[in-house]
Amino acid sequence: MGAGVGRIDAKFASLRQEGRAGLGVFITAGDPDAATSAALLKGLPGAGADMVEFGMPFTDPMADGPAIQEASQRALRGGMTLKGTLALVKEFRQGNQDMPIILMGYYNPIYSYGVDAFLTDALDAGADGLIVVDLPPEEDNELCVPALKRDMAFIRLATPTTDDKRLPKVLTNTSGFVYYVAVAGITGSASASNDMITGAVERLKRHTDLPVCVGFGIKTPEQAADVAKVADGAIVGTAVVNAIKGSLDGDGGATATTVSDTLGFVKTLAAGVRGARA
Amino acid sequence: MASPAPANSLRTGPDENGHFGIFGGRYVAETLMPLILDVEAAYTAAKLDPEFQREFEYYQKHYIGRPSPLYFAERLTDHFGGAKLYFKRDELNHTGAHKINNVIGQALLAKRMGKTKIIAETGAGQHGVATATACALFDMECEVFMGAVDVDRQKPNVDRMRLLGAKVHPVTSGSSTLKDAMNEALRYWVSKPDTHFYIIGTVAGPHPYPAMVRDFQSVIGIEAKAQMLEAEGRLPDTLVAAIGGGSNAMGLFHPFLDDTDVALIGVEAGGHGVDTDKHAASLTGGRPGVLHGNRTYLLQDDDGQIAEAHSISAGLDYPGIGPEHSWLHELGRVQYVSVTDDEALEAFALCTRKEGIIPALEPSHALAHVGKILGDLPKDHIVVMNLCGRGDKDVDAVIPKLEAKGLL
Repeated sequence: MGAGVGRIDAKFASLRQEGRAGLGVFITAGDPDAATSAALLKGLPGAGADMVEFGMPFTDPMADGPAIQEASQRALRGGMTLKGTLALVKEFRQGNQDMPIILMGYYNPIYSYGVDAFLTDALDAGADGLIVVDLPPEEDNELCVPALKRDMAFIRLATPTTDDKRLPKVLTNTSGFVYYVAVAGITGSASASNDMITGAVERLKRHTDLPVCVGFGIKTPEQAADVAKVADGAIVGTAVVNAIKGSLDGDGGATATTVSDTLGFVKTLAAGVRGARA
Repeated sequence: MASPAPANSLRTGPDENGHFGIFGGRYVAETLMPLILDVEAAYTAAKLDPEFQREFEYYQKHYIGRPSPLYFAERLTDHFGGAKLYFKRDELNHTGAHKINNVIGQALLAKRMGKTKIIAETGAGQHGVATATACALFDMECEVFMGAVDVDRQKPNVDRMRLLGAKVHPVTSGSSTLKDAMNEALRYWVSKPDTHFYIIGTVAGPHPYPAMVRDFQSVIGIEAKAQMLEAEGRLPDTLVAAIGGGSNAMGLFHPFLDDTDVALIGVEAGGHGVDTDKHAASLTGGRPGVLHGNRTYLLQDDDGQIAEAHSISAGLDYPGIGPEHSWLHELGRVQYVSVTDDEALEAFALCTRKEGIIPALEPSHALAHVGKILGDLPKDHIVVMNLCGRGDKDVDAVIPKLEAKGLL
């Protein structure tokens, strides 16, 4: 099995064989501390996650709502860095060769790290794809093109504001899958209706053969199941981050139940996704 | 005398993708891209439309009160005992600062685009007040995002915005200052893409904002040039302006960029000193990075996390700077320096007593630097400083500090 975009392609091929959609889970690296993050990552495949969007914490996450902003702040307070994030990926990859890890975040920490050094270290750690929120196609020369040259997937967000005229531009240079942002807005906002999601996925499928995953506004196993009926994957972020937050002590530190509570919630999401087309 | 644009003019930027050298660009989420492309298309069309220009000039003259005077600050000139000091009096504009120049331009653009709901971020509150003012004038809804810390230290401006009918959202995320207000305004904008127009207050943000705001503010430099020719029969030798995001400075400097005999000096907020971790001098103490839609100099740590800026002036309290300034800094066309909170306070007091003008804390930074250089310059040297805002908003915050220093 290949690493990078190959691992993502293999995952979606195997999901197609199983006849079901995948569950992508977002957590922020180092939320609330590195050891808890490592335990969560390790437990996610067993809890039924098919893919992880692993958040690279940033001080100014301008596309994120309060829940993921706070997760970033908890991680940064705990000393998490981009180097630390890659170390967590590396540790996970030693015990798992199957589950794709998509690094998700903002460009400045990567730019500060150095694009070449970052790609080398991220691939070496076992990361497979990138979602960099503030790099639209207009800035593809920064990171997207260098990443694709090295078989690191570059996954783009398509949104309700991406019309048919713009969609081809967004899909060019996209690999792995397309991440459809179901609502115009930030993470953790209101949910889109099933009809709107169905229509959007159909529209995307007319433009691309890549798998289409849907995120933003999926909060419950039922909503995840609805998305899983029509899309190739459902991605849940804020609700999982809220599960982490709900388990923390008064100072924002991990407790004995943080890992089990969070993975328990992921299991309910996975059951929803897996039962969707039954 | 009309002269052809020089072959290597510094006034032609940015390129079609919004880049000034490596700076600028459009680093925003996909959700925002269609919106800023719309703004760019609308602005490109408006620039070429004589009716838009006519309307803009009408409001500049009859509503803002332009041209603002170019005033020979004789007592301060005598006080420093060197070069002649002129003030470009943009504090006399309606609403008390240069911010309204840009806001009227963008509000007219929003109107042209059929948008009736306006969003703005503000630091000191001057841009927020200007935006609330334009929204009252043009019958638009106005929502202003302002860091909770700034809401406290600039209360008079918060009250003015409310009087003008704007809704002020205190922002408590991050450091609760200008950068966080801008994050929140961007977050809000992506959730209202069909109805809202975002009026950015400085020469920063994704393309086309840095160029558009600069164009609307360039009236400052265009006027200063003509007024100086009338007053002295020649161009000034040195221009000085304070820099937060850098809009008043860019407005003054831009028409002079190709006049290479004119020295340009931007004054950043040095806070407690640029060798401490409490300042807002992005060029002096930062390095290139990407934030709020553009690549520019930023205050940041080794991991690329954005640092919190500090300045006594809420309007300068921003960890970045407009991308064109970063470009001019690397070219060496503009010299960027910094002054501390204390130096700015002393200049505030001096200007008030010597000229009968209560300056805002922002231009007080520029004046503090003027005070450092004026005495050593020859008497036939002419300095123009942009007095970009009046200090009424700062009175409550400044008085206890001046009392503590024995300056009051």
